[in-house]
Amino acid sequence: MKPLISLKATFISFIVSFVCIKIAWCNNGRRVSDAQDAEFSDFSVPLEHSFEVDDVGRFRVRGALLLKAGRESGVSLSQNHLTQDDRIKLKDVASVDGLYRIRVPRVSLQADRQMERHMEGYLTAFVRACAMVESHLSDVITLHTDLSGTLIGISIVTLPGACTGTDVEDEVDLELFNTTLSVMAPVNAPGPETALFLERMEQESEKKGKNPQEQKSFFAKYWYLILGGAIFLMASNSAQPPAGGGREQS
Amino acid sequence: MTVPMAKFFLLSFKVIMLCLAVDAVFEDQVGKFDWRQQYVGNVRFAHFDAHLQSSKKVILATEKNVFAAVNTRTGELFWRHVDKNGPEGNINALLHHGQDAVLVVGNGRILRSWDINVGGLNWEIVLDSGSFQAASFVGQQDTVKNVAVLKKTALSLHYLSNGHQKWIENLPDGETVDYQFVYSGGTGEVYVLGVLPHSHIAIVTYSVDDGEIIKQVSVEAPWLSNIQSSCAMVSQGILMCMDTLSTSLYMLDVHAQTQMTQIPLESLGLHVAPDFLPVLVSAQPNPSRRPLSEFLLQLSPDHYLLLQLNNGQIVTLRDFKPAMLASFATTGDKTVVAVMSPKNKTACSVNLFSAETGRRLLDTTLNVNIDPNSGKPEKLYVQTFLKKDDSVGYRVMLQTEDHTLSFLQQPGRVVWTREESLSDVVTMEMVDLPLTGTQAELEGEFGKKAAIQDGLMSMVLKRLSSQLILLQAWVAHLWKLFYDARKPHSQVKNDVSIETLSRDEFNLQKMMVMVTASGKLFGIDSKTGTILWRHYLENIPSNAAFKLMVQRTTAHFPHPPQCTLLIKDKDTGLTTLHVFNPIFGKKSHVAPPALPQPILQSLMLPLMDQDYAKVLLLVDDQYKVSAFPSTKNVLQQLQEMASSIFFYLVDSIQGRLSGYRLRTDLSTELIWEVVIPTEIQTIVSVKGKRPNEHVHSQGRVMGDRSVLYKYLNPNLLAVVTESTDMHQERSFIGILLIDGVSGRIIHEVVQRKARGPVHVVHSENWVVYEYWSTKSRRNEFSVIELYEGMELYNSTVFSSLDRPHAPQVLQQSYIFPSSISTMEATLTEKGITSRHLLIGLPSGGILSLPKMFLDPRRPEIISEQSREENLIPYAPELIIRTEWFVNYNQTVSRVRGIYTAPSGLESTCLVVAYGLDIYQTRVYPSKQFDVLKDDYDYMLISSVLFALFFATMISKRLAEVKLLNRAWR
Repeated sequence: MKPLISLKATFISFIVSFVCIKIAWCNNGRRVSDAQDAEFSDFSVPLEHSFEVDDVGRFRVRGALLLKAGRESGVSLSQNHLTQDDRIKLKDVASVDGLYRIRVPRVSLQADRQMERHMEGYLTAFVRACAMVESHLSDVITLHTDLSGTLIGISIVTLPGACTGTDVEDEVDLELFNTTLSVMAPVNAPGPETALFLERMEQESEKKGKNPQEQKSFFAKYWYLILGGAIFLMASNSAQPPAGGGREQS
Repeated sequence: MTVPMAKFFLLSFKVIMLCLAVDAVFEDQVGKFDWRQQYVGNVRFAHFDAHLQSSKKVILATEKNVFAAVNTRTGELFWRHVDKNGPEGNINALLHHGQDAVLVVGNGRILRSWDINVGGLNWEIVLDSGSFQAASFVGQQDTVKNVAVLKKTALSLHYLSNGHQKWIENLPDGETVDYQFVYSGGTGEVYVLGVLPHSHIAIVTYSVDDGEIIKQVSVEAPWLSNIQSSCAMVSQGILMCMDTLSTSLYMLDVHAQTQMTQIPLESLGLHVAPDFLPVLVSAQPNPSRRPLSEFLLQLSPDHYLLLQLNNGQIVTLRDFKPAMLASFATTGDKTVVAVMSPKNKTACSVNLFSAETGRRLLDTTLNVNIDPNSGKPEKLYVQTFLKKDDSVGYRVMLQTEDHTLSFLQQPGRVVWTREESLSDVVTMEMVDLPLTGTQAELEGEFGKKAAIQDGLMSMVLKRLSSQLILLQAWVAHLWKLFYDARKPHSQVKNDVSIETLSRDEFNLQKMMVMVTASGKLFGIDSKTGTILWRHYLENIPSNAAFKLMVQRTTAHFPHPPQCTLLIKDKDTGLTTLHVFNPIFGKKSHVAPPALPQPILQSLMLPLMDQDYAKVLLLVDDQYKVSAFPSTKNVLQQLQEMASSIFFYLVDSIQGRLSGYRLRTDLSTELIWEVVIPTEIQTIVSVKGKRPNEHVHSQGRVMGDRSVLYKYLNPNLLAVVTESTDMHQERSFIGILLIDGVSGRIIHEVVQRKARGPVHVVHSENWVVYEYWSTKSRRNEFSVIELYEGMELYNSTVFSSLDRPHAPQVLQQSYIFPSSISTMEATLTEKGITSRHLLIGLPSGGILSLPKMFLDPRRPEIISEQSREENLIPYAPELIIRTEWFVNYNQTVSRVRGIYTAPSGLESTCLVVAYGLDIYQTRVYPSKQFDVLKDDYDYMLISSVLFALFFATMISKRLAEVKLLNRAWR
């Protein structure tokens, strides 16, 4: 059983980074509400975006982040459609290689702690507008929190991320956001793995203990060979006439 | 696990151990590639050892808590004791008598006596707590037997021979009266003088024998606030004080009088310079006798007076004006005054005057040249001795503002100089040396401009002339070789000077440009450690932050190399630039821009102007960007590049990291923001990667022959945070990996139950950090490595804006058996050589730890594949092997930083460790794979080659003959 655990542990560090990303509810303009949590006040914060040809931030509401109260903190996102004007503007911005920016206010993701403190300011992130257009509004938004669950950063990437210059049929593709939303909390760093190491060492010494042949010293193992060799040497020495040695010297 | 496997585990471990580069040097290599310089710091107290006529020691106590003896003939250290850093090891007082030096250390916590001959400790005692005020020797009947230590509330007397306390007495009215001065004139009494500011002086007289209070007097002195700064003891127990408000001297006989006598300076015909606090200096050559009745009075920065107290009357013996410095010195029973007076702008002269008469002594002039690249003289220490004809001879040690000590003897020869500001190096860079004159000539000939302008004929002539120059140089070189060969080997000195400096074949010799906290810049030859140039910057704020950047390297002949030093006042944020040539130290004629606004950030762009100087961008507090150099060419390039120039700002007070993009009009726009709440954690440091770092391989070959690609993001920042909650259960440190362009948080990791100080190295695709684990009470290392996975997203170019997939993160931690002072990674030209971490330990060792041991892919259980990859099986503890110390026995005290630079050889990395000492060496992380060994047998290989060559020739001939014979047959 125990070696199995240690086997697994080697891969923990691989997996750890994936485990921690709690994939939250994601949807396209659809609201998920839980009847049980309704009595707690679900907290919603606006997700705003801005894209301007002159690159001046004019943020408008893109959707709302719904923070669920209760022990299990979860975030869901409901988003508006992109209007006709916005679609044209986004394409214009993309053509001058402008930026598409989003921002959220600084909040704590634990909705019940909302009232405790009010923080000022926003967290902002950006992608190139052309990437937004060429990916047909499919983006990945990640909310990063610190240990206490407070938002410290937001990041947005599009899939695919490159700007190749392909033309996009505006009407169909640029209407609905296809967003994957995830929340990332800090990962606990592993400490030195002393316990497993000691266990392994113990197992090794146990195995050595079980097999008494291993414990034997060199002489104990091969005494008959050494003895045989010694006898053979002595026998050959005494059998050889001393004149043989003298001949070698000459 | 089967038995053979365990065996194999051990075996493979051994093999790996054997295969690892052994960094230890051979005995005959000691000092061949490395050098160390030891410093003591800015001198606070200095005494010449005078108890023997032939003694050649000066003992120094410094602001770096170092107590040392320096050889006055050579300037080298006899011995040195480095105490604890900070106020705990602060040296408050140094008393010197005969062979003993008594130190009061750590605000009066410890009293130590040293034997100055060998630097051994005589005794050490711990004193009662209480803040230290003053210390003095107490003598009786011409012998000094005791030391008196005055604390805030108590006076204690100790035996000089063993340190035992003779008696300790509480001071009367210790709460109200501020006792500041202790004095003994060899009469069997100790006087303690205290002041109740703006009210009176309290004088308590103790008996030396039993500490009994003999007398207690209080004298009206409403003008006095500090005895130490405005009073001096003169003659037979006469307290002489200076009142600056009424510009008069006050006199008091501490034995008898209870009223101070006022002597206005006007009555002596003297005037004090406005806004100057006059200073009184007296001399007590022997602590068991009374002080001299002569004393010095400084009335203005360049005006001294030698006064004498004669039967209650003050007589002016001599007026020194102009005089920069003056001090007393005694030899035998003669006391002299050494006065330094300016001659002209670059020279001063020192003269001796008899203290008794004020007459100038004949033939005692010493000329001092003031180096324009050093600061003003600050202190004068005089060593006097009696010559054979009983006249007084002397040498002086001059301390200047830039923490330089120079030792001079008559008539003006500088015996040695110690640059003590090098004990506090803040930042440094290594710059390639320029080509030699002939090489430069060739470069100039084939410069692209020349070829277009000149015709064919002139080019041919040029070519011929340059070949002639080369021939000439070669002949000169041969002649020198021939000439040197006749001399014995030890006499052949290769003097290093700026003129002879040139790049060597493998670029192993470089110019080290060092910036010190005092504002003095140095250019040091990395091969020998010789200081080639120095430059003192005046008016550097004491809390300045420095950043040194190389704007133009030596590669762009004929343009001179150019370094820029950014000096920022930490309080106001106001910044100045100093532009200089790193090879010669001369200030550049390029005028740096005036910067009226505080500067938040500076960044060096890879862009170059038409003169090959890299562009430096400075961001001010209005988020406006200015460029240096700001020629039209640069501005045009900036406009074209603006949309791809990003920078970030860190505000650790608000916990805010923000990213900006440059606009074409050199204004900026905010594009991303990350805010870390300061209530929970604070940003401690932000580390990017070094811009000159090369990574040779894009990935790692796995055991199954697939490739794991590294996540090589040049814009990645490692942000280190520490928790505000310092409780050992709740404290943590956080590492945040942020893309500096897009602001995307790549990874966020928290090390629980850990505390700083955190040391971080960020390079290639890994971050190594060291912290203190509060849970296990030990130092631990952790390594984070980032991988893209089995396939690259875009193998041709990396863009932070187009990397949608998050990298794989691997992490592993280890126990380290020592705390560390600093950490840096080796750096080589092309990045082929494996990396080592250079770790400065508090013990003074520089450890070269292979990065191989800090690899999160070290397996806990060995498999066929991990063996294939040469991974070392995981062991929780990193062991310090003694052969990993790159500085063998050359301890580097208080190492604060390590600088690494690549050399022209891929295998070799140049290392400079600086702290109190400076140590330079070379390391070979993968051994010297590109260099033939010193003992390489050229004879054997060439003889074998020749033999083989001739053998083939002969056998070929023989074969031909044989073929011919066979054909005839």
